[in-house]
Amino acid sequence: MKFTLGWLREHLDTDASLETILKALNDIGLEVEGVENPAEKLAGFKVAKVLTAAPHPQADKLQVLTVEAGDGPLQVVCGAPNARAGLVGVFGIEGATVPANGMMLRKAAIRGVESNGMMCSSRELELGDDHDGIMELPADAPVGMGFAEYADLNDPVIDVSVTPNRQDCMGVRGIARDLAAKGIGTLKPLHVPEITGEGAAPDVATLDPEGCPAFFARTVKGVTNGAAPDWMQRRLKAIGQKPISALVDITNYVMIDLGRPLHVYDVASLKGGLVARRARAGEQVLALNGKTYTLDEGMTVIADAENVHDIGGIMGGEHSGAQQATTEVLIECAYFTPEAIARTGQKLSLTSDARTRFERGVDPAFLDDGLSIATDIVLRLCGGVASEATRAGAPPVEVRSIAYDPALCQGLAGIEIPSDQQAHILTSLAFAIAFGTPHWTVTIPSWRRDIDGAADLVEEIIRIYGLENVPSVPLPRAPGVARPTATPEQLVERKVRRMAASRGLNEAINWSFIPEKEAASVGGADWTLANPISEDLKVMRPSLLPGLLSAAQRNADRGASSIRLFEIGRRYFRGEDGASDERATAAIVLAGDKAGRSWQWGKAFGYHVYDAKAEALALLAAAGAPVTNLQNFAGAGATYHPGQSGTLRLGPKTVLAEYGVLHPALARQFGLSGTVVAAQIFLDAIPAKRKAGFMRTPYAPPALQAVTRDFAFLVPEALEADALVRAVRGADKKAIVDARLFDVFTGPGVEVGAKSLAVEVTLQPGDKSFTEEELAAISATIVKAAEKLGGSLRG
Amino acid sequence: MNEIAALKAGLLADIESAHTPEAVEALRVGALGKAGVVTALLKTLGPMSPDERLERGPPIQDLRESVTAALAAKKAALESAALDARLASEKLDMTLPVDAPPPGSVHPVSQVMDELAEIFADLGFSVATGPEIEDDWHNFTALNIPETHPARAMHDTFYFPETDAQGRAMLLRTHTSPVQIRTMTSQELPIRIIAPGRVYRSDSDATHTPMFHQIEGLVIDKGIHLGHLKWTLETFLKAFFEREDIVLRLRPSYFPFTEPSVEVDVGYTNENGQRVIGGSGDDANGGWLEVLGSGMVHRRVIEACGLDPDEWQGFAFGTGVDRLAMLKYGMNDLRAFFDGDLRWLRHYGFGALDVPTLSGGVGA
Repeated sequence: MKFTLGWLREHLDTDASLETILKALNDIGLEVEGVENPAEKLAGFKVAKVLTAAPHPQADKLQVLTVEAGDGPLQVVCGAPNARAGLVGVFGIEGATVPANGMMLRKAAIRGVESNGMMCSSRELELGDDHDGIMELPADAPVGMGFAEYADLNDPVIDVSVTPNRQDCMGVRGIARDLAAKGIGTLKPLHVPEITGEGAAPDVATLDPEGCPAFFARTVKGVTNGAAPDWMQRRLKAIGQKPISALVDITNYVMIDLGRPLHVYDVASLKGGLVARRARAGEQVLALNGKTYTLDEGMTVIADAENVHDIGGIMGGEHSGAQQATTEVLIECAYFTPEAIARTGQKLSLTSDARTRFERGVDPAFLDDGLSIATDIVLRLCGGVASEATRAGAPPVEVRSIAYDPALCQGLAGIEIPSDQQAHILTSLAFAIAFGTPHWTVTIPSWRRDIDGAADLVEEIIRIYGLENVPSVPLPRAPGVARPTATPEQLVERKVRRMAASRGLNEAINWSFIPEKEAASVGGADWTLANPISEDLKVMRPSLLPGLLSAAQRNADRGASSIRLFEIGRRYFRGEDGASDERATAAIVLAGDKAGRSWQWGKAFGYHVYDAKAEALALLAAAGAPVTNLQNFAGAGATYHPGQSGTLRLGPKTVLAEYGVLHPALARQFGLSGTVVAAQIFLDAIPAKRKAGFMRTPYAPPALQAVTRDFAFLVPEALEADALVRAVRGADKKAIVDARLFDVFTGPGVEVGAKSLAVEVTLQPGDKSFTEEELAAISATIVKAAEKLGGSLRG
Repeated sequence: MNEIAALKAGLLADIESAHTPEAVEALRVGALGKAGVVTALLKTLGPMSPDERLERGPPIQDLRESVTAALAAKKAALESAALDARLASEKLDMTLPVDAPPPGSVHPVSQVMDELAEIFADLGFSVATGPEIEDDWHNFTALNIPETHPARAMHDTFYFPETDAQGRAMLLRTHTSPVQIRTMTSQELPIRIIAPGRVYRSDSDATHTPMFHQIEGLVIDKGIHLGHLKWTLETFLKAFFEREDIVLRLRPSYFPFTEPSVEVDVGYTNENGQRVIGGSGDDANGGWLEVLGSGMVHRRVIEACGLDPDEWQGFAFGTGVDRLAMLKYGMNDLRAFFDGDLRWLRHYGFGALDVPTLSGGVGA
């Protein structure tokens, strides 16, 4: 909401400085978004008179002028066709900056003739669009006066952000009232003129009391619709409203001034009377913004016998607005129901100054006065004769009051404010108080639709009293040292995150929404946005991989040679009841070089599927998963290379992680070359650790040293190594504490269809060292276990 | 006697002049081997009478010990010289580069969330979470934002075409405030929680991204007022920025779910073109930055959660985690947070061991 200081002073009698006013606005909750004085841009531009004009000796289209701007005649070269002796215009002195292009004026030679400064067009001063010639001021304009001062442009424009609850401050007067309550001057009385109507009141009615409970109107006959007067145009322009014609400008002016939207119709364009009614489904209207809107039965319109002329309370129609030739107008001052306006505006995606005000709720008690004020201005500026007013329907004026205990101020806001001061603040905001004990009965002004409880009154009091007076009061603190507060999920995420970072992975945060096509390549999404901002951010990710792969691709495109990214976030699914099922997940992508070329090992080399497995196991371990008990299954779905991927499971069904070489087709889809490996760790599937206190199971390191024995087995080539290792480890659960595969070999000496697997077995003696016989017996059980899998001890 | 002395002198001289381990070994065999000269002399001691042995024994024993010691010394000296020679031949260029482990990093948003959790743990706040795909009752209605409320339009909400089992419209939460509702309807009173997480609005420019992070705070108890809110925010910001000169400016504002509502600005000072948090924003070189929205929880919200607003009251606040990170660590483009540029992640990210602690300071 923009207004000028001068405009504010129409309603507020104050000599407070701009700075004081700006601070007060912030203090009372009208946040100042900006302040700008147009006069500052016009420093160095003066009213000047052209004394002489002569042709330029070197150029046909230029003239050489002598200009008097108060400090003696100056020679100026000018190209404007209207430049002539006697003209009074605006002159920019040397050193001034032209607002339109930021150029600083300097003494210069133009085609060999010295020129000091510039005579300006209105476009150069950003005061209009005219660039055909230089500005012409009245002949009696005082030569030498600063132009901003002369043109009354020395009026700072203030832009405040009005919160949606404060419709009353969507008008300058409301802001003035708030400032007056804060002690910044006195609110001037509002003059409401008495209109003596002549002739029949217009034929208006409301057939939609729900959407438009009240439709007040008058006509004015015999108007002349020219340009609005300078003072009005100046104020509207200052706040960014384009002047159109007196009648249209008057409605805008009253809206900004008093927060009261109006609409004027050219009576000549109407076929009979106007009614507020529900639109018919499919009915269309060409609105003032040049767009055609298709309406539905939930929307309120203003229509005559044939056409819709207004999307009620939002935007007028193109064909019935006031024109230059208009001689009779109908002024509409209606009350539209906020909820209905909000619904219609949202459906049509149509915003306007009127909608902004009506949907927040305009003052329902201000229809008569608003209509009188508007009619009076029309009569004064455009002439004519006003009719009697029609008052169709009734606005929802209900007197509301609240029981208020002044002690609540301390209880809710923590500030002790004496009762009489609280009462004074409320009264200055036009609340009426009937004092009682302990409760006052506070009557709410008709324009404060937002006030509906005692807490609102506390807010009114403290915002005027000053929030800086709220004391800082410590929250009661529980005795002792702060207790741990992190949830188990949070602890898991923290550990996984820091483990990943310690393993040289870089944490990225990717969008939760991804392109539909990418989601389809990893199994498809359960949730698709109805209103995505782009196709790239459309469906909720069912996997963290597309986001990471896109990030990897961007890095590769930027020339990154080694990419190690991880993310911890949610995958989004739909639960059976239609609610969201969001699953905590960690994912990694490794691409490019695992190690660059080096004097130590020579050529660069890339990632292998076992790198992904190693990361998956490390992150699972950090998450507290029982990694030594996991089952390793081959294959991890279509995302991965079918022969170089796997899952890690707890039992046969609970998949805790997947890993593998990315399927080359998918890598290509993401524009990644070379081997890309990836893994996802399903944090939500990891069973929570039971909290069993801090005590560990008792343990003393065994007195005797462990011994190791190596076994090499010939096994069928298809046998998974893990099966052999598990069999070996399980052969003697007491003595064997570890079995570790250390060699895999096919080739000379190993028959086709077989491979050699070598396992180092660690044996832990108990009280006594193993005897040779015992060792031989353990070896025999190990060999037997391997034989069950088709293995034989290699000779 | 003399021949023993002469033998000793001769042997010691031979040992001294030996230059190879082989020569030393040959001398050892010649002197102390089975047929060695010293061994032969030692053998003569056996048949002697005790008196004779008493007289002739010591010089022979002395000879054996001297020769043994000289051999050992010479052997050690030769080995040492050989080792020195080998080591000299093994000299490497100590300036060759070593293989550095890849530099991992924690995202600034994660780091700041950990910092916040640490600070608020000390103030007795635990961590709560909620779904990001929400229903409109939790995201709006229960927070006193009815369907036609202009504030709904302000939120630029992402919607899904589906409804849940109760027929509620599904959407991406526009703030972390629905966690207030989920907490109040499920947890024991009193309540002190923070709720960090992703939130979504259909908005995109240099300072707005369609996804960003918020942290919500909620206290519900008896006798809680705006003064407690002010203290909590001051205390939190002082701890977060690790500065005592934090100055807050409270401005009246409007959120449908709080009444009164307060927006909070923090003072900053311009230092070398950077906005550094601290000091009063009204100082000559200063300004105010909006960092928090807050207020006393609206009666209707407390009622919507099935609690008695005459018995329980409290405050809530919300702030942007990304924004806090930017203010503390000096990033200036929000979009870079979600681009995954390794160069950016390494520059603005944090080491695995930079775990925020109260004793070590939460910042890193």
